[in-house]
Amino acid sequence: MKIGAPKETFPGENRVAMTPNSARALQKLGHECIIQSGAGAAARFSDADYEAAGVKVVKTAAALWKEADIVVKVRPPRDATEEKRIRKGQTVISFFFPAQNEEQLARMKDIGATYIAMDMVPRISRAQKMDALSSMANIAGYRAVIEAGNNFGRFFTGQVTAAGKVPPAKVLVVGAGVAGLAAIGAATSLGAQVYAFDVRPEVAEQIESMGAEFVYLEFEDDQDGAETGGYAKPSSPEFLAKQLEKFRELAPDMDIVITTALIPGRPAPKLWTKDMVEMMKPGSVIVDLAAERGGNCDLTVPDKKIESDNGVTIIGYTDFPSRMATQASELYSTNIRHMIADLTPEKDGVIVHNMDDDVIRSATICREGEITFPPPPLKVQAIASKKPQAAPEKTPEEIAAEEAAAARKAGRQQIGLLVIGAALMALIGLYAPKEFMAHFIVFVLAVFVGFQVIWGVAHSLHTPLMAVTNAISGIIIVGALLQIGAGSWIITILATVSVLIATINIVGGFMVTRRMLQMFQKS
Amino acid sequence: MTMTAELQTAAYITAAVLFILSLGGLKDQESAKRGVWYGIVGMAIAIVATIWGPGVNIAAMSGGTATLLAIALAIGAVIGAIVAMRVEMTGMPQLVAALHSFVGLAAVLIGLNSDLTVNDLMGAEKIIHEVEVFLGVFIGAVTFTGSIVAFGKLAGKIGGKALILPMRHLWNVIIVVASVVLMVMYMQGAGSWTLYAMTVLALILGWHLVMAIGGADMPVVVSMLNSYSGWAAAATGFLLGNDLLIVTGALVGSSGAILSYIMCKAMNRQFLSVILGGFGGAKGPAMDIEGEMVPIDTDAVAAALDEADRIIIVPGYGMAVAQAQQAVSELTRRLRARGKEVRFGIHPVAGRLPGHMNVLLAEAKVPYDIVLEMDESNDDFPETDVVIVIGSNDIVNPAAQEDPNSPIAGMPVLEVWKAKQVFVMKRGQGTGYSGIENPLFYKENTRMFYGDAKASLDNLLTKVK
Repeated sequence: MKIGAPKETFPGENRVAMTPNSARALQKLGHECIIQSGAGAAARFSDADYEAAGVKVVKTAAALWKEADIVVKVRPPRDATEEKRIRKGQTVISFFFPAQNEEQLARMKDIGATYIAMDMVPRISRAQKMDALSSMANIAGYRAVIEAGNNFGRFFTGQVTAAGKVPPAKVLVVGAGVAGLAAIGAATSLGAQVYAFDVRPEVAEQIESMGAEFVYLEFEDDQDGAETGGYAKPSSPEFLAKQLEKFRELAPDMDIVITTALIPGRPAPKLWTKDMVEMMKPGSVIVDLAAERGGNCDLTVPDKKIESDNGVTIIGYTDFPSRMATQASELYSTNIRHMIADLTPEKDGVIVHNMDDDVIRSATICREGEITFPPPPLKVQAIASKKPQAAPEKTPEEIAAEEAAAARKAGRQQIGLLVIGAALMALIGLYAPKEFMAHFIVFVLAVFVGFQVIWGVAHSLHTPLMAVTNAISGIIIVGALLQIGAGSWIITILATVSVLIATINIVGGFMVTRRMLQMFQKS
Repeated sequence: MTMTAELQTAAYITAAVLFILSLGGLKDQESAKRGVWYGIVGMAIAIVATIWGPGVNIAAMSGGTATLLAIALAIGAVIGAIVAMRVEMTGMPQLVAALHSFVGLAAVLIGLNSDLTVNDLMGAEKIIHEVEVFLGVFIGAVTFTGSIVAFGKLAGKIGGKALILPMRHLWNVIIVVASVVLMVMYMQGAGSWTLYAMTVLALILGWHLVMAIGGADMPVVVSMLNSYSGWAAAATGFLLGNDLLIVTGALVGSSGAILSYIMCKAMNRQFLSVILGGFGGAKGPAMDIEGEMVPIDTDAVAAALDEADRIIIVPGYGMAVAQAQQAVSELTRRLRARGKEVRFGIHPVAGRLPGHMNVLLAEAKVPYDIVLEMDESNDDFPETDVVIVIGSNDIVNPAAQEDPNSPIAGMPVLEVWKAKQVFVMKRGQGTGYSGIENPLFYKENTRMFYGDAKASLDNLLTKVK
């Protein structure tokens, strides 16, 4: 198949859907690649680069559209001129946003083209390699910090210099999706003190892993905004109110605010109101990454950088990825390449449009004169559904009651044992002579002392413990000594042997214990 | 010069207190070093007080006997010193078992002597005395042969497999019953032969009891014999009416009992079932294991260690067998020098003796503050990059938690599989002591690093600089 990338016609769009690198990979899949002359120029890829990668360069857009079986683009067709170039049976791959673009989608259907919308790639693990929204969001998040820094009159990092102390910049990131997390990462690595908020409390861990502090709402209800697809849904009015209250509290302190809150298929929520902007210090910067969908900030003007009456810069650019066209093109073309790789399962240059494949099915929005949008729900859930709670949490009273019951049970057992023990003692006391009882009390007490002492011994010293008890049990030598002088020669010999082996125990046991303990060294 | 009985008792009290302090000192490494000196001083006081005390009275002793005594003490001391200096740390279990057997033998000899000594006891005192003789000899004899078998098994002179005789429990019961019968006859005045017959039976019992216990249960057996040797000393104390012997015997006896309890707990076994030998049978078919064992070579292990920040090493008996502790220590030193966090996770029953691994690692100069217990390291595995399992099997077997039918179900194990990567050093594909498959080896994050642990580690050391 011939895969072609025309020059983007949208004003200010610098990205290109095919790079020399992605073209090489596409050729390995058995495809031929063509590109419109100058298509990569804005992203710093020259025609010569493409030719070196084995890509055929054609002069005009018209020629390219005519020749290519599959056209890869960044933006959807811009106008009637571009749309007319699409022919029946041709496959076009680009961003499309079909939910907001229904009329254009209908026209695509009428043409009879197959359209694959990169923004419709489902957010499942397998499809991450072609998730162009995420790769673009990553760039946007990074770039947002850079733009903010460009318009911010101070350092990000706190410093103590000979010329005085510089406090670190305080950055608030609202919405911890891919863009938000990228912004957090960029801002923390520049040295700023970063706070982040998201309606999904489960992302707190991700936020903290990036080095930012999660802004918790003190809220009774469980914060639950997770929905299939990993986006937040509009929350309850109480939640929203609480959230705004928290932002008002933070606004005077923040130097830079980066908002990234988007809800699929809806205008961006207004989270940073006019009064919050007014509370901010002059020179502060707001970067509104949701500007394309109306913006999270009341004052945002899409595609413009403005300054509020109190000197707060509000950046509403919508073309952050395009501002880093080289990087963005590399990532986007790689996403496209992965999509085409999935469409070419045999790597033989033959496209198999498998509508049973979850990813391909979801991304395909119209095919063979039929609209295939919206896609059916995924067969594989994006996020595992929450496990039902195993057991209801025990209240402190219940736990206390259980502990008390266990203590009572242990107490009863102990008392039982004591009674039995005492009865046994009484029995022995009834028959045993006085002499024996005197020794017996010593014995029992020694056993108790032994138990108490040994429980305190460290696990790692169990071998030395055994060696030292070996040595100490050599005390049996005392018994042998007492017999050595008394009685017949046979008694003396047996006693002498006992003395000998008990001495081995004593000397060997103590020495080996010392040797072992000497080896235990602290680092 | 002789001591009075009162002075001797005072010396005994001092000795007893010093022994207690000596054991109590083992609560940590630093106080333990002082504790050993308490023990040595206590023992010296006890021996001096006995020799010069009223019971022995060396001053009144004939020259020949005194010389004999001196020679016995000297020979014993020399042998003890040589053994203590020569013993390899991997040989500690054998040494401990051998020393137990000595206590047992001494108790037997003293008991027999006591029978030979003419006494004029009457009534209850006579009965008690005779029971004491019998008990002392019985416990001593069981300890003696039991320890010798344990020594043989630990030293590899006797096969480690459990000897399972038909009707083995019945034999044990018969011996115990026969011993009781003999004791009754002895007390009726049947003569010393009953005592000798019982001694033989008890020796057989000790041999049989330990023969029936397999190699991996040895930590329990050794600590149990430790306990017995204490009780034997205590019984001898009763026999001779000596409180110091009673106190010391009781201390040692309870120490061994606690160790046995801790070991059993660590293996999730009932004390009785360990003592009676054999291994608990499976309660159903074992869970099927999915996956395959994936081998790995030295270079890949070195590369993984290179990237890892947090490493935990889990040594087992295999490390002791391969004498790999020095290589492990060197690896640890190099990795730590490069700023990596290296720690050791020690299972309570790793090795063949309580605390065996700690001693081996200490010998190889691994600092003891990076050697952690099971509970401490289990919390850390999820944040660990690489776990190296060296010659251990059952103590890292996830079947203990996952498969209710496994023979080791419920046994606490080191949860190494929660780490990002696990390397298992192992000689071959065989199973561990318990003979059960280890699903750990089949897990996705596990790689098998086959070969002799020492040779593999030495190879690895050439790659990890």
